[in-house]
Amino acid sequence: MAIAEAETGVIGGIAAKFRTCPATGLKIDLAAEKLIKVNAIAAVVFLLVGGVFGLLVALTRWPAVHLLSADMFYLVLTAHGLDVLLLWIIFFEMAVLYFASAVLLNCRLAGPKIAWLGFILMVVGGVITNIAVLQGESSVMFTSYVPMKASPNFYLGIILFAVGALLGCFVFLGTLVIAKEEKTYEGSIPLVTFGALTACIIAIFTIASGAIILVPTWLWSLGYISHIDTLMYKLVWWAMGHSSQQINVSAQVAIWYAIIAITVGAKPLSEKVSRTAFLMYILFLQLACAHHLLVEPGLSAEWKVFNTSYAMYLAVLGSLIHGMTVPGAIEAAQHKNGFVNGVFEWLRKAPWGNPAFAGMFLSLVLFGFLGGISGVVLGTEQINLLLHNTLYVPGHFHATVVAGTTLAFMALTYLVLPLIFQREVIWPTLAKWQPYLFAAGVAGISLFMMGAGTLGVSRRHWDITFSDAAISFDYPAAAFLMMGLNGVSAILASIGGGLFVLIAVGSILFGKKVDASNIVQALGPMPTKQVSPAVKEYGNAGTFHLPGTYILVGVFFISFVLYYFVNWKYVSELWPMG
Amino acid sequence: MAISPPENRIWWNEPVARGELVWVVIAFLWGLVMFFMMVYWHINGEQNLSTEVYRIEPDKFAEKTEAFTEKYTVREEADIPVAKPPPGSDVYMLSRLWEWWPILELKKGETYRLHLSSVDWQHGFSLQPVNLNIQVHPGLDHVVTLTPTETGEFSVVCNEFCGVGHHTMVGRIHVVDK
Repeated sequence: MAIAEAETGVIGGIAAKFRTCPATGLKIDLAAEKLIKVNAIAAVVFLLVGGVFGLLVALTRWPAVHLLSADMFYLVLTAHGLDVLLLWIIFFEMAVLYFASAVLLNCRLAGPKIAWLGFILMVVGGVITNIAVLQGESSVMFTSYVPMKASPNFYLGIILFAVGALLGCFVFLGTLVIAKEEKTYEGSIPLVTFGALTACIIAIFTIASGAIILVPTWLWSLGYISHIDTLMYKLVWWAMGHSSQQINVSAQVAIWYAIIAITVGAKPLSEKVSRTAFLMYILFLQLACAHHLLVEPGLSAEWKVFNTSYAMYLAVLGSLIHGMTVPGAIEAAQHKNGFVNGVFEWLRKAPWGNPAFAGMFLSLVLFGFLGGISGVVLGTEQINLLLHNTLYVPGHFHATVVAGTTLAFMALTYLVLPLIFQREVIWPTLAKWQPYLFAAGVAGISLFMMGAGTLGVSRRHWDITFSDAAISFDYPAAAFLMMGLNGVSAILASIGGGLFVLIAVGSILFGKKVDASNIVQALGPMPTKQVSPAVKEYGNAGTFHLPGTYILVGVFFISFVLYYFVNWKYVSELWPMG
Repeated sequence: MAISPPENRIWWNEPVARGELVWVVIAFLWGLVMFFMMVYWHINGEQNLSTEVYRIEPDKFAEKTEAFTEKYTVREEADIPVAKPPPGSDVYMLSRLWEWWPILELKKGETYRLHLSSVDWQHGFSLQPVNLNIQVHPGLDHVVTLTPTETGEFSVVCNEFCGVGHHTMVGRIHVVDK
């Protein structure tokens, strides 16, 4: 009973209630712990709601099933985007921010009351927007492009939610300041906290952009403003919409580093390189709204080419670096753990039965191969002519946001349950398979949607047979096959996602309590770690030989280059235009 | 470990391992290649989106499209006029809830100045099965210079969500031999 053991003590000079973590010896501020819990629970609730909506969408787009009516389909699709892309992810990120600051820095949380206010605003905002959508007057899609108008509460709810999230960001920054002042750690903040700080800084930019566009749009929906320029709306909206995905990338990469540290004892190959890569996200992704405006009238080609790449793709470079340093850190750590035979023993004997590790590694691979490559291809000015607003776009972002971010968050949850909720994971065998099931389903969703998009199938479209249209048209038969396979994959992903919700909620309610006696076992199977003093021998100048990682990265790079140029070949076959 | 402060306080002075450095350099160069591909295609490629755009009142665009259609209508299909403009001329296609209007008949190998705009919400011009996708805004007259390279019956699907009739919004372009 950890709560009973809670001590009133001093963290860095100021009284706070805390407990001592039996696994790490860190002092955990109980106020922070509670906030992590409620944010994580809210996240899972919205994942469940949004996930069910997602399944309904996929079943409707499966031509043989075609479940919902047209108006219900557009309503549910709007709600799906809001609940998973915004609510599930940002609630979980709030939990990550509090964990990466108060817990990892051994510090009390700054202003827990402000954090609670933020949480309440987020819940109220999320509920208001959901109600607005479910009432049927706001089926405007997640992007709500003007001059299509939603009910005022649709915008108001998002604004309240964003204000709440902003308060959470300030609490995080405040905690960093306290930790530094009260010297609760030595030297620089941990890499994971650095990644979370990256996410927080991008979040503040994102929320500011959101306010700049959503506040006037809300006033417009109330009748106080007569006109919102359609192009300006998109430009500023995507400064929020795209940047918010960079919050996810930063948070998810930070989580990768955290999970490999805990499960295999990995430390970064080079602090300098990994931190610089995070910094690139801040410096070179903020205005990536250009990715969404590549086939828009009214913007110059120079503007598009420059802003989609900043001349050298430095943000992509950031991800390419993490794509090498994360598996590299695992390989180096596994070498230290004794797996030195052959090129891939380190990978074969990684803790694949630990859902935290398995989920993390699947997230890394799927994010890189499916999400990363397709994202760069989509964001190439001329190639965008082929793919804009086709199903390729949701195919891409389901690989990044679902296979990448969501899977990483799920993986982390398997560690958060014992460490923060102090509960063992119930049904360990099911938990072991959950990441694989979910990953297989999401990989299918992403690939088949990208396939259908390559064949021209429109996104956000109720009926690809065009049965009610005055002019008939048929997409190729292969596109129908893709949509069917997408439906099957969505069912698989839903089973994986549903299992996750069941395990998470079940563990919180019925999981065996965790204390010093079973904490290590509760974290799941892991290799015997041979960290310090051996750990000092790798990392930085001591990192040398990582043949397995070089091969993996080589395969990735060749796939990237080939796929990139295949798409240029498709572009060259389009009707000449200028 | 990544969850604790760096062991070496002066971590920014630590040297970077060779393998890591090589990958950073390769990735950086690849970024440059990708950037210059876009620039190269503007110089040597044939598929670049026109940036010729004019502000126009939706009513005005509708008027122009009607005048154009009246002038060049050759027949009707599904109660929609089919306009057959001369090669090289200004061609109009208007988008509104939920149709592309009028139907066009173009000649293979000839170049046309296609004007795209909307009179209400945003729409997505998705030419199928060519798979050419251009966003259409109300208030902006986008002039796309287009040269059909194959004959046949092509469809224009709307791929920007535009309300509950979105999936019924299909237009037609015929391309015929000279």
